[in-house]
Amino acid sequence: MDNQTVSRRNFLKTSAVTGAVFSLGFYWPGNAKSAKVINAAEANKFGVEMNSWVHIDASGKVTIFDHRAEMGQGSYQAVPQIVAEELEVNLNEINVVFAQGDAKKYGNQVTGGSSTVRGSYKNLLKLSATAREMLIQAAAKKWNVPKLECYAEGGDVIHKPSGKKLHYGQLVEAASKLEAPKDVVLKKRSEYKLIGKPLRRLDTPLKTNGVAVFGLDKQIPGMMYAAVERNPRLRGKVKSFDDSKTRLIPGVKNVFKVKMGVFNTYREGVAVVADSTWAAIQGKKALKVEWDDTGFEHLDTEEIYKRQAEALQTQEGLPFKKQGEPNEVIAKASKKIDVIYETPYQYHAAMEPLNCVAHYQDDKLEIWGPIQAPEWVQDYISKEMSIPKEKVIVNMTFLGGGFGRKAFMDYPHEASVISKEIKAPVQVVWTREDDATQGPFRPGITYRCEGVIKDGGIDAFKVKLAGQNNNHWRGGKKDVPNGSASEGFLKPYTESIKNLAIMDIPFETPIPTMWWRSVYASTNGFAFESFLDELAHEAGKDPLDFRRVYLKEERLQKLIDKVEEVSGWKSRAKGAGYGVAITECFSSTVAQVVKVSKAPGGGVKVDKVWAVMDCGWYVNPDTIKAQIEGSIVMALGAATIHQVKFKDGMAVDNNFSTYQMPRINDIPPIDIHIMDNDEDAGGVGEPGLPPFAPALTNAIFDLTGKRIRKLPFNLGMV
Amino acid sequence: MTKITLNINKKEYPLEADPQMPLLWAIRDLAGLKGTKYGCGVAQCGACVVHLNGEAVRSCVTKVSRAVGKQVVTIEGLSETNSHPVQKAWQDIDVPQCGYCHSGQIMSAVVLLREKPDPTDQDIDDAMAGNICRCGTYLRIRAAIHLAAETQKKTAPQG
Repeated sequence: MDNQTVSRRNFLKTSAVTGAVFSLGFYWPGNAKSAKVINAAEANKFGVEMNSWVHIDASGKVTIFDHRAEMGQGSYQAVPQIVAEELEVNLNEINVVFAQGDAKKYGNQVTGGSSTVRGSYKNLLKLSATAREMLIQAAAKKWNVPKLECYAEGGDVIHKPSGKKLHYGQLVEAASKLEAPKDVVLKKRSEYKLIGKPLRRLDTPLKTNGVAVFGLDKQIPGMMYAAVERNPRLRGKVKSFDDSKTRLIPGVKNVFKVKMGVFNTYREGVAVVADSTWAAIQGKKALKVEWDDTGFEHLDTEEIYKRQAEALQTQEGLPFKKQGEPNEVIAKASKKIDVIYETPYQYHAAMEPLNCVAHYQDDKLEIWGPIQAPEWVQDYISKEMSIPKEKVIVNMTFLGGGFGRKAFMDYPHEASVISKEIKAPVQVVWTREDDATQGPFRPGITYRCEGVIKDGGIDAFKVKLAGQNNNHWRGGKKDVPNGSASEGFLKPYTESIKNLAIMDIPFETPIPTMWWRSVYASTNGFAFESFLDELAHEAGKDPLDFRRVYLKEERLQKLIDKVEEVSGWKSRAKGAGYGVAITECFSSTVAQVVKVSKAPGGGVKVDKVWAVMDCGWYVNPDTIKAQIEGSIVMALGAATIHQVKFKDGMAVDNNFSTYQMPRINDIPPIDIHIMDNDEDAGGVGEPGLPPFAPALTNAIFDLTGKRIRKLPFNLGMV
Repeated sequence: MTKITLNINKKEYPLEADPQMPLLWAIRDLAGLKGTKYGCGVAQCGACVVHLNGEAVRSCVTKVSRAVGKQVVTIEGLSETNSHPVQKAWQDIDVPQCGYCHSGQIMSAVVLLREKPDPTDQDIDDAMAGNICRCGTYLRIRAAIHLAAETQKKTAPQG
């Protein structure tokens, strides 16, 4: 399953205009949010390049562009499943091609924020229904019958009274000459044949026989391999290097200094180019590099958390949200809760280490790789290397995991710079050690939570957080609070709690940080939802009943009803080891109940997890279940197994031998339910992660009376 | 550099390689079979598992010289039509997410099922604990191995 679309696209462009294929795409006039559906002739009229999102050739074959990266989350399945529904074609007759990076054509392609479906489904439904209507219209015209007497099914248009039938392929020429109707009627949810069904993923067979092409599998003629030794302290420059031993290694062809950007910062390293990955890696190991990292502090983990703790005691921070008189209530209260929650730095640890193929030529630069944000790569490299944007061609392969890390431009930039230097195509391969130690990492954040209970309810609620703001590293303003300071925490709390403050204390270190699956919700969720549990216990209330008071919306009440029902919450014995947490991110809310018990060998073990997802309108329930399963496993690792530790400014653990991962024997049974409603679609890939850690530690409190406020912790030592 | 011949998936590959080169890179870069994956390089993740004379080995720490004169089977050679009972079970249960680790997962599972045709959950955990899946598909891996065991039992020659 390769992804070479250049020549194919040019072919399509020409044939779409001549009518040999029927293509429909979108056109975003200006920065309009909703797209206009256009055909090839209109594309010419508007002077825009056709994105041919959906096209059908004369044989009836349907090709769909997946505008987003496929990194496991299921865009390769979801996009065609949406299109096939309204287009009325069989899913297995669709050919899926990854779109190249081009914001003008495909809109936002950044695969982040769990946004593939929620960000595009309305447009995709409209586009597909438009195509279907035009094909029906073309058939009706051919038969000279009223359009209302015709319908489409399985890639055919059928004339109901006569039973006459024409395949889409026979209609492409006529349909391509029609003007796209302005309004089309979309199906009701009850009429769906594909959407909402647990259909098998189209990419699964490619992933059971080695056929799927990941970034690391991409090979082009004449391609060299490169490994790069980068500053282990993540910043700073190369002072000097000795490559005498490197050059003795058979296969090593070239060694030179490289500089690559990551957002608005730069990183330096020494590249070793060879004729095999192995030779490049050996050559890199044999290098001796002296680094210049003056101006960058060499921090230890202990020092980072000491500073965060101090800041939380001495600084008030910038107000993200403040209402009522929280400080006054807290100051006057005879009894208050005042606790610190600590969360660690985390590494993305995608199974496919970073890598990228670049081919710099006189007239263009072409890139292939596991890339989450193709148009960012295009834009960034165009600016950094002074190449016109349209000459930077960015191709997405399958991604062997992403989790936020592959939305960066550093590794494609690095590959491009090396290819330019050696005047040949090259694949840059990051070793696991490079991948594990270079970051950017999820920032570790410490929270100070203060609260007062009065008459069984919350009288004051104050959370201050001290941790790195990812935006600062991208050059964001430093005098404003983190806009995601309460991400994960359900919004209704911030409206229904009278005296409330959420304060952000700006906190800087030289460590590069960035998104990690579910972003700030992954740490906020732990602090806020554990703190709520503490307040519920202080108030002497059942933790779910306590939440109900503040979450009055019917949709949330239904979610609570469901998790209560499936987990047997009401019939649980007191102190039996049940904990609950509910978080929201990327427009989806997830409730989880965790059940723990004493482990035979000491400590506790997780017996079961129940998860209820409310993501509104959805495409594939099995994909959603898979994403929640995976989110829980990832959360389990981050809560109980691994963290990135720093010593003398460097990440300590550099491979899975010390940076341990959850394994098959660590995983509890997981029971997942999805809410059915007609709300707009929410995200799926990330929202299942944040509630797990607090539900787990709340369960441990229920069982043992011990409150865990620092992650990660060892289940066996509880 | 030494001239060697590897037998991969019943095909002869005459190659020129440093005998110290791990089998993984010989399979990927020299023979051009990209289904076997690099994950850690230190035998910790299992993404690179291939069969060497029927045994599951971590090709990232197996010197290419060790494979000379032996039968190497990679994910590409497991079946001609993507139809080995383990592959079928992986497809029926939609095990993969990103899919990167699953060549190694499947190759490990095949050896497990040959040695223990009717594995318990404990057997599966023991045999598969060396294979990391960052997407967290572990519950489905376990279910798929049980399903493949069922299929193998049904299709196994009687007596």
